[in-house]
Amino acid sequence: MKSKMSNTFRTAFAHVVLILLSFLCLFFFYILFVNATRSHADLQKGFSARPGSYLLENFKNVANDGTFPMIRGILNSLIVSGCSAAICTYFSALTAYGLYAYNFKVKKIAFTFIMAILVMPTQVTAMGFLRLITKMGMYDSLLPLIIPSIASPAVFYFMYSYLQSSLPLSLIEAARIDGSGEFHTFNRIVIPIMKPAIAVQAIFTFVGCWNNYFVPALVIQSKDKMTVPILIATLRGADFMSFDMGKIYMMILVAIVPIIIVYLLLSKFIIAGVTLGGVKE
Amino acid sequence: MKQKNKKIDYSKWGYLFILPFFVSFFIFSFIPLVDTIRYSFFEYYRSGIKEVGPNFIGMANYISLLGSDMLKYAGNTLILWIIGFIPQIVIALLLASWFVDARLKIRGTQFFKVVIYLPNLIMASAFAMLFFTMFSTNGPINSILMSLGWISERIDFLGSVFGTRALVGFMNFLMWFGNTTIMLMAAIMGISPDIFEASEIDGCNSVHRFFYITLPLIRPILAYTLITSIIGGLQMFDVPQILTNGQGTPDRTSMTLIMFLNSHLKSRNYGMAGALSVYLFIVSGILCFFVYRMTNDNDPDGSKAAAKRARKQRRK
Repeated sequence: MKSKMSNTFRTAFAHVVLILLSFLCLFFFYILFVNATRSHADLQKGFSARPGSYLLENFKNVANDGTFPMIRGILNSLIVSGCSAAICTYFSALTAYGLYAYNFKVKKIAFTFIMAILVMPTQVTAMGFLRLITKMGMYDSLLPLIIPSIASPAVFYFMYSYLQSSLPLSLIEAARIDGSGEFHTFNRIVIPIMKPAIAVQAIFTFVGCWNNYFVPALVIQSKDKMTVPILIATLRGADFMSFDMGKIYMMILVAIVPIIIVYLLLSKFIIAGVTLGGVKE
Repeated sequence: MKQKNKKIDYSKWGYLFILPFFVSFFIFSFIPLVDTIRYSFFEYYRSGIKEVGPNFIGMANYISLLGSDMLKYAGNTLILWIIGFIPQIVIALLLASWFVDARLKIRGTQFFKVVIYLPNLIMASAFAMLFFTMFSTNGPINSILMSLGWISERIDFLGSVFGTRALVGFMNFLMWFGNTTIMLMAAIMGISPDIFEASEIDGCNSVHRFFYITLPLIRPILAYTLITSIIGGLQMFDVPQILTNGQGTPDRTSMTLIMFLNSHLKSRNYGMAGALSVYLFIVSGILCFFVYRMTNDNDPDGSKAAAKRARKQRRK
């Protein structure tokens, strides 16, 4: 009986803590949303928990602002994140398949090498990277933000683990006997099998690129090529005490809303995907 | 007849398939790395429109970095990381063990998981900007605290060392505790339920169960979380950069190593940026080695090695 009592108590305690933490997570987004619906004059009066009626007005102000081209920024971010997600997952799957299905001399070395650089931060090569793309004439363009994602060791590792668990080599043999070419086998048989893994990694790569700030801030100079995080940073750098605060909240809102929508639609899938790429047990 | 016996060699396809990865890596990571290391030995910077160098000066950049504020920034990075990491790992362990405990009957597990993971996906720079506006002297947090009557005058959160550091740590905590919880949950669920049942029959209470069974058994994942978190902490940039507008205010007490690197890169001081990158490269190389050992080792907790040693001992 005593242990039953203590379990009830623990359950209640756990719920209190969970609700507090959830409140903490959602509270800031609630303030953001409420403040984005209020006018500048209204905001100056102090905080109120009730949403105002300025949501559309603020949005129009943000959309028409020439100094902070938010819509253009979202478009640029979409291009960079979408292309990166596509080529990153495709080439990672290709690399993983190449190392999984074939036997060749440097196979082991190549695998060991990729595993060794699995978590190497990109920042350490940023200086050489900046100089290289300047020499290649790609400075201030979106290309250097997209192309390097072909080589993503972490995505490769995820794909490799997935192949190990779900692609029997006999299937490839069968395809060969049926006369399927190697490249054709990859595109028509392996890719469909890897769809779940590709989808999970595409989402994570997309989100990662969408939120990436360090490298784009070094590469991009002109306003019409800026991605959303750089625009947010320029906003912070500007003398914004003179700005319309409703507009500032609106800018932050439009920067994070696309990801929140994607997340809410796919949350189950994303949360299940978090642990898949983790350490082997 | 001869042709029939000949085995088709598929290895060229293997090379072809891994080629794009290695070409891309070579161009966009390896050449930059070599270039970075090379220029770390040169005096090479721009002052105004005049470019100085490159002149070979050996280790001078490394030495002058040691004499500069680099060590202070390394300390800042460490402090900011610890402020975020300790509550993160404690809360994550607590939540993970609650979520998998069938006797607790937690309602809406999926809802809580969705909510606590949400901040992890939010753009760090936008999140920092949001915190900056909310915690500014005439921001909503101050007006809420005022209207509740908890404070009598507005607090300048970002004007104090403690306030700024606590905010950065708090944001890192918020952004990562959900992720860690989900990782640890998977680890705890991997433990055989038999062990928990046996412990219960032996009269083990929940506190003992946590400290003597769960914790030791998830040690490999805990270590992995720790190391990857240190690597993440080393790269800390977005949050303090936006929160303090790249200044690391007040008095550069929230300046991190990558912010320091960024300021060198922005001012095109290639020599110094190179030397700083090499320092960072060495540290992250060591950390990478640990991750490599963990992800490749099929004996992460050392139990197999111990068994082997014991066998050897017996044979003697």
